[in-house]
Amino acid sequence: MSTVSVAASQTPRSSAGPYRRAARRFFSNIPAVAGLLVTCTIILLSLTYPWWWQFSPNDIDLRAINQGPSATHWMGSDGVGRDVLARTMQGGRTSLLVAVVSMFISMFIGFIFGAVAGFSGRLVDGIAMRIVDLAMTLPPVIFLLVLASIAGTGILPTILVISLLSWPVLARMVRARFLELRERDFVVAARGMGAGLPHLLLRHGIPNCIDILVVYATLQIAAGILLEAGLSFLGLGIAPPEASWGNMLNAARSTRVLEAYPWQWMFPGVVLVISVLAINFIGDGLRDAFDPRSDLN
Amino acid sequence: MSHINPTIPISEEDLAALRERLGLDQPLPIQHFAWLAAALSGDFGYSIQRGGVPVLPLVLSRVGPTVLLMFTAMLIAIVAGIFAGIVSAIRKNRAADVGLSILSFLGVSSPAFLTGLLGLYAFSVVLRWFPSGGMLTPGQPYSTLDVLYHLIVPATLLSIAQGALIMRYMRSSLLEVLSQDYVRTARAKGVREFWVIVKHAVRNALLPVITLIGSTIGGAIGGAIFIESVFNWPGMGLLMITAVTSRDYSVIMCATLLIGASVILINLLTDIAYAAVDPRIRNA
Repeated sequence: MSTVSVAASQTPRSSAGPYRRAARRFFSNIPAVAGLLVTCTIILLSLTYPWWWQFSPNDIDLRAINQGPSATHWMGSDGVGRDVLARTMQGGRTSLLVAVVSMFISMFIGFIFGAVAGFSGRLVDGIAMRIVDLAMTLPPVIFLLVLASIAGTGILPTILVISLLSWPVLARMVRARFLELRERDFVVAARGMGAGLPHLLLRHGIPNCIDILVVYATLQIAAGILLEAGLSFLGLGIAPPEASWGNMLNAARSTRVLEAYPWQWMFPGVVLVISVLAINFIGDGLRDAFDPRSDLN
Repeated sequence: MSHINPTIPISEEDLAALRERLGLDQPLPIQHFAWLAAALSGDFGYSIQRGGVPVLPLVLSRVGPTVLLMFTAMLIAIVAGIFAGIVSAIRKNRAADVGLSILSFLGVSSPAFLTGLLGLYAFSVVLRWFPSGGMLTPGQPYSTLDVLYHLIVPATLLSIAQGALIMRYMRSSLLEVLSQDYVRTARAKGVREFWVIVKHAVRNALLPVITLIGSTIGGAIGGAIFIESVFNWPGMGLLMITAVTSRDYSVIMCATLLIGASVILINLLTDIAYAAVDPRIRNA
């Protein structure tokens, strides 16, 4: 026992690597961990609900129209007797699916766009950034409406619209990072040895942008959920009978539902806000965790 | 025509003549430039959905209500946000700060359509204090008081997201300024704490907040669209939504162009306002 501790004190203790330290910072951030727990719970519940909940989202029960929350229908039922809890869970699936897929697409576009702009000459960079400026001038919701008027409703068009809207912010951040990277010795060396663009992007670009990408991905999922809900709320996103949080809220645009059956829109609304809040907490936690200076505070 | 309503019997020659008359036989870029040229002289064409109503007057008639709604909301957001930010920074980590911070987090995370619905439910359905929508009480003569009565709830709800963001920026910016040497100097000179905050700290802390206000305009326009839809406020947002749902492209294009132009204009004004507050920029 004593020999072991002597040996341990003689070898210099290796300090934790940047990822380990980032992980430690993240897990000591209480709101972020709480957000992670809540998000995991919501994902788990919405993925497994068919196994533990007796109703399915599109079962019509005409004997149970517009019933309030009760022991059988925990969140009540809607205008054609569909179970609100089942629809909220299914809506969670839809919303998360749309948000995650559109996050990946917009991350791909944004990363490639930003990376190419950052690594190429002035002309390409200038043109690319003017395109980004143009895409960012219009208020997002207006852009969303215009795109939606062209794309139509449904899951795929919604994903497309959200992805096309969201990449410019990332492109800007990635470009700034790449402008910095291209001057670094290891990149200059790799270029000198004849590395092509794919090698530069994959071997040097992604590992050095990982903090930007992870934080963007998290916050973009929250933004994607909100955008999907907004579109569906206006009747331009996911079309019924497919359930989504947004189109369940859309029901509240009818005064009758708004006034007399609040459970039909309040429950999905509350779940929506809780998930977005939780994911935003994770994103903020990740941002702090990846920032080495946050240890100093 | 036969695409819009296939039941209308129309012969091929008529269709071709119509296409030629409307310029639909031209390639798309040329059609677009024709539209642009007409738009420059104020001719945005006719609304498809509303059967030949000129677009420009239609859109312009909706600008007023939206500007009124957004301006009121921004006023509330700026005043409440800056005030809450100051309180929160001065009472750092005390009950007031924690409470306000939680509220601001909720405000940033809840979408405008949900706060709109909840506000509508609370004030118009449960409490019955305010009307549930529209801008004027039907059947009554126009009065400023009536408009204000209809305006107050949607404007307050619209201001929540922006106000919460302003508060968060104001808080962190003021906290940073309060740790500066000149604040310590002012306190050491014996300046009253109130004047230290108001004259020395807040003025400098406002700089980043002004930039923020300019850059949140886009988000506020987005929020206004949802609030207008929930409260049936007869503005640009409502016009835009009806135009999009009925694919009324001439209205969509005109409204989009107008909104884009005003956002650029507002950004310019923010830059100018920035110069007014920060003398370093004026001299550069």
